[in-house]
Amino acid sequence: MQQRRILDELAINHELLRGNLATPKWWLPTVLGLLVVVLFGFTLMGIMFNRGLGVTGLNRPVYWGLFITTFVFWVGISHAGIMISAILRLTQAEWRRPVTRAAELLTVFSLLTALFFPLIHAGRPWRIFYWITPYDFARGIFPNARSPLVWDPFAIGTYLTGSTLFLYVALLPDLGVLRDRTTGWQHSFYTVASLGWRGNPRQWRLQTVAGILLSALMLPIFVSVHSIVSWDFAVTSSVEGWHSTVFAPYFVVGAVHSGVSAVVTMMALMRWLWGWDNYIRPEHFDALARLLIVVACAWLGLTFSELIFGIYSLEAPERALREMQMFEWPWNLLFIIFFLTGFAIPVPLWFFKRVRNNIAMMFWTSILVNIGMWLERFLIIVPGLSRKQPFVFTWDSYQVSPLELGLLLWSFAWVLMLMLLFSKFFPLIPLFETKESQVFTTDVKIGRVNMPAVIRELD
Amino acid sequence: MAASNSVLGLYDTPDAGANAMDGLKSAGFALGTFDVLTGTPYPEGAFGEYVPQHRLFRFPFFGAMVGLTLAILFTAGTQLAYPVVTGGKPILAIFAMLIIAYELTMLGAVVATVVGILFESRLPNLNLGAYDPRITEGYIGVVVECEDDRIEEARGVLQTAGALEIKTA
Repeated sequence: MQQRRILDELAINHELLRGNLATPKWWLPTVLGLLVVVLFGFTLMGIMFNRGLGVTGLNRPVYWGLFITTFVFWVGISHAGIMISAILRLTQAEWRRPVTRAAELLTVFSLLTALFFPLIHAGRPWRIFYWITPYDFARGIFPNARSPLVWDPFAIGTYLTGSTLFLYVALLPDLGVLRDRTTGWQHSFYTVASLGWRGNPRQWRLQTVAGILLSALMLPIFVSVHSIVSWDFAVTSSVEGWHSTVFAPYFVVGAVHSGVSAVVTMMALMRWLWGWDNYIRPEHFDALARLLIVVACAWLGLTFSELIFGIYSLEAPERALREMQMFEWPWNLLFIIFFLTGFAIPVPLWFFKRVRNNIAMMFWTSILVNIGMWLERFLIIVPGLSRKQPFVFTWDSYQVSPLELGLLLWSFAWVLMLMLLFSKFFPLIPLFETKESQVFTTDVKIGRVNMPAVIRELD
Repeated sequence: MAASNSVLGLYDTPDAGANAMDGLKSAGFALGTFDVLTGTPYPEGAFGEYVPQHRLFRFPFFGAMVGLTLAILFTAGTQLAYPVVTGGKPILAIFAMLIIAYELTMLGAVVATVVGILFESRLPNLNLGAYDPRITEGYIGVVVECEDDRIEEARGVLQTAGALEIKTA
């Protein structure tokens, strides 16, 4: 914590509520621009519901394409929140403080976005309810609890509900601050939203316990969610490249890799857009990059395991698939881009302190990771289905349609728009955590050096 | 207690707030009738405050049991009600049931924990009583809940401790 700044509570309120109590000049044009893309995306969905899935590139034998790839991608991004927030809270890592809310928020909005894709992929989304709810006793149609496609809604529903509640509980003290700084309808809104928070010792004590208890509960959920998403593929025994026992940890670690990178991207944007240099400092990027090196190496190991287990069995279809993924056009190009952007370019760069402390470099390398991680999911899902199988007489490969690309673009605009809307009404950096850090941090003189030291309560 | 009034003293330092709390204790105000309000979590006991034991840890267990029960009802109930063999699996496939049971158990635990946090924090309570927005700017509030006949006494104690302002609600 060498870069600590000493700030009083008034200054923290003033700086961190800058985007809530006043509107930055860039905010409205940006939100309106994103709204146009979002409305365009909803129009595309309407066209697809009206004309059917024929407007996409999906056809025999590739029934899962860009929509399911993007679903897995956004579920992966959502793993950032709990990974960062829960683990860092449990370990009482001091540098977590400005990071947690953005990470939790990313979890909620990316999960919300991920949910759209299996829904629209179904073609007639309203029929999804037949699939997960025991609704029609007269017809005797019930969900098939043995199908991983039914496990998914339970896992994602649990994760989304838990993450949202986790976010809200940690937001209560800050809503109290906003209540005290606003008037009129805003005051009424924050009064109700803060539930009458006053900040007595009992409430603060429970807030601390809640952070730890909810973190401990959310961590196993976080691991289970992407494991269950991976089983959508891994329990399908007839598709080469999918039927792998290593898929659950492989997906979870891959999700953490892409999710933590997305948090880095978001933190760089927050620092640039709101000028929060005192709160989001190079030391935070340095710490996240170190974490990313470990995660990326674990992910590379699992990628290698998945590949080597596939090849080593010497089963002809499995080997043919791997050959296609890595050596046949256009998959080979995508494979090279995936490997370069997902690992080979960013990770060696993060070994240099100069890169880890350079916010622009961290921003661009984190974006590279997510390009690579999207391609990874695409390369898992589509080639496995594209390969010519016995008794499949449609040999065309999958061509992504402009409509699908439009909906991919929609998903990014949607998440960004939700983030910006949130930033207008709620603080993106937890005020009380920042203030607590000021109370619990002091300078200690050791010899001739003044060192910042963190005081920790023994509990 | 028939507390109908709350009196708030506002202080600019934690030490002054702690002195006010000591003063209230010495004046015979019962524990639990006065409290300190801050905009920042301070170390426990910083103001010599009384924090009753919470029972938050019971809530997740209760929620988990409810979630598990619902999961068993959902998975076993629906499959037994319409027993169609799919994929050669048994009607009650334990592995599949465990996955859904795990998720709903955890969901129950999380929801019950949040309910527990609100219940134990005594929220929602939109009536703030005597309060000052400066508390969230770094000032320390010491609030006393008392009956009409002790208001003046409470004000006196808070004033003696160096209150910048005293409010009554």
